[in-house]
Amino acid sequence: MIRSFFQRAPIRRLLVVVGVVAVVELITGPPGSNQYPTSGFTGSYSEAASFFGLFRTQRWVVFVALALIAWGIVEFWTRYGAAIRSGGSSALAGPRQVSEKRPVRVGFALALLVLGILLPHIVNNAFWQSALVTYVAIYVLLAIGLNVVVGFAGLLDLGYVAFYAIGAYTTAWVTGALPTPPPFGHALDAFWAIPFAVVFVVIAGVLLGAPTLRLRGDYLAIVTLGFGEIITIFANNLYGITGGSTGTKQIPHPVFHVGPIKYTWGLAPVPYYYLALGSVVLFLVVFSLLQRSRVGRAWTAIREDEVAAESLGINPLKFKVMAFAVGAASAGFAGVITASADNFLFPSSFTLVFSINILVLVILGGMGSISGVVVGAIIIQVVQAYLNHTPPSGYQQPDLYIYVGALLITMMIFRPAGLIPSRQRRREITLYEESHEGHPDEVLLGDDV
Amino acid sequence: MGSFGHYLATHFDTLKAEFWYLFVGGVANGLLYAMVAVGYTLVYGVLRLINFAHSEIFMSGGFAGYFVLRAMVGSTVPAGFMSVLIIVLGIAAAGTAGAAAATLVERVAYRPLRRRRAPQLAYLISAIGASYFLFNLAGKEFGHLSVGDPQPYINHTVFTIFGAPVLMYDLIILVVSVVMFVALDWLVGRTRLGRGIRSVAQDAETASLMGVNIDRTIAITFIVGGALGGVAGFLYGLNIGVVYNMGFVPALKAFTAAVLGGIGNLRGAVLGGLLLGIVENLCVVFVQAAYIDVVAFGILVLVLLVRPTGILGERLGRTA
Repeated sequence: MIRSFFQRAPIRRLLVVVGVVAVVELITGPPGSNQYPTSGFTGSYSEAASFFGLFRTQRWVVFVALALIAWGIVEFWTRYGAAIRSGGSSALAGPRQVSEKRPVRVGFALALLVLGILLPHIVNNAFWQSALVTYVAIYVLLAIGLNVVVGFAGLLDLGYVAFYAIGAYTTAWVTGALPTPPPFGHALDAFWAIPFAVVFVVIAGVLLGAPTLRLRGDYLAIVTLGFGEIITIFANNLYGITGGSTGTKQIPHPVFHVGPIKYTWGLAPVPYYYLALGSVVLFLVVFSLLQRSRVGRAWTAIREDEVAAESLGINPLKFKVMAFAVGAASAGFAGVITASADNFLFPSSFTLVFSINILVLVILGGMGSISGVVVGAIIIQVVQAYLNHTPPSGYQQPDLYIYVGALLITMMIFRPAGLIPSRQRRREITLYEESHEGHPDEVLLGDDV
Repeated sequence: MGSFGHYLATHFDTLKAEFWYLFVGGVANGLLYAMVAVGYTLVYGVLRLINFAHSEIFMSGGFAGYFVLRAMVGSTVPAGFMSVLIIVLGIAAAGTAGAAAATLVERVAYRPLRRRRAPQLAYLISAIGASYFLFNLAGKEFGHLSVGDPQPYINHTVFTIFGAPVLMYDLIILVVSVVMFVALDWLVGRTRLGRGIRSVAQDAETASLMGVNIDRTIAITFIVGGALGGVAGFLYGLNIGVVYNMGFVPALKAFTAAVLGGIGNLRGAVLGGLLLGIVENLCVVFVQAAYIDVVAFGILVLVLLVRPTGILGERLGRTA
């Protein structure tokens, strides 16, 4: 009797909603500590809190109300959602078709570029001007690079931070900020770090990729994870070469000096923003061209079906290594810009956490969709900058990663192709899942494991 | 070359002198790795997936044990029956917490995707998400600093092997892990439940036609692996202390151990764990302590390149 009550669909949905709301309450609540390990829990459920300055009540009261409302919405959606959705998507069909025409897309991109150029003058605020570089532009650059590896070629790289670190350390080396003597015996301008960094990350990409890319997807993920970890260990401990755990604090600002034109970057963030924006545009163009080229099609083929691709004469290893190296290049660039904008460099900035954060940017927007990745990266990074700048009560900086983890799971359950999926990727996933629906021989998983 | 020869000669002398001392420590570490590696191997056996959230199962066991110790250990270090009782309670709490965390991960990060028959990349990402969520939540609730476990026993030398002391801590690990391995071997090899697990590992479709409840079998596999991982976390914490991200490095090594022995192979996981623990500890003589993690990782890459099926081979579903 009791059992059958709990097995009724609406009741089960209610239990799920209550569970989710309880977790939300916990992660938005006050923090605990190892001295008072229960204070986070008691505080989250029983403390009084002010909600948006409107009213003040116990947290649990508000959350019970929220849970009931959410349950109502869920019930409504399961009953009438299908009808609403079919009506809604036919209404959306018009604009979506227009947005896929080429001149419209190019015009849209140009408008965004103009907006990007004007942006630092629109947000006339010191924090946000510097956040545009340190939170947004650099991360967009990293995300579009990782998108080549994860999105285009379908390889899960959890050590992407290593390439970023190599770029940053190369800058420090070339400008003479490390204990190692700079190349050719004298310090060069930070701009010279760019060719060095690109060469180094590409070499690192090939060295890491050539042996490991033969492995299955899950093994690759764990090997790259270890690689990222090892780069951090080396950076931390090779005192004579990298400066060890204290890093370096003497990276000079870059100077652009060709013929009569001379420009010196300083402490102001806006010139760095333009430098980063320029790199983002450069890589966006390169990556979109690549995606549509023979190479891009080969990546898609490998991602969809490696055996079939191989039988068509595509060498999977060659193209996978290429994806690794190409994706690494933009991380190298990002490393150069960060190192010269910050002037300092610590090994503790290059950790696993960093790689996962970039992965989240790629997944939110949509793996394989360049515009999606850019939008996703901007959304997450702006939210992060906002939370760090004006933290709500009880929020600590590492809390962001709780949300990030929850977001990864949620995306995989409800929208694996991302917010703005590439048409191809979305078709791939639906086809994949539908093609497996009628086959009882794949009881557990897909067949590509 | 001469100086390199000299380097090797002096270090081999150190190795000879310290061998048994390092060996004992290596076995203790190796048994812990093995307990975690078994969890990877079990899940891999039934799902053909690496459970990226296993490190957080380890961490939850560590914290559950820590809270038991905090509640039970007073100002003086307990001895005798009291020590045994506290350790048994700690193990029970850690095993329960590990199993609960594993169930949660299976329910939230795996089952919805399995219903949809999602591609492999989706599972990897959702498991990473679960791992990230759990350890950062632990960081929020229990702080971001490492805390030492209160000691429930006096860590004296129990006996010596070739002059190397075997401490109480090493002995506890040995006893607990051997009991758990024997129980696991019996469970998977001799019981009806184990037959279900093995049948799903071999061929899930046929198993389901024969009346094996696949969802239930997978859930139980997570629970068993989670319990062992949680207990390992508790034992690890006894020595090192607990912190929200304590699982990351041991789990990476345990995964290495699982691959080394042959993933999907339970006895392989134990062998791989022991081997990795011992080799790693002996390497302390040759490289600085900071680079020990690099050694383990080098072994992983080498095994994957040279013999990806591991020492004993991938024996999914056959007798343990």
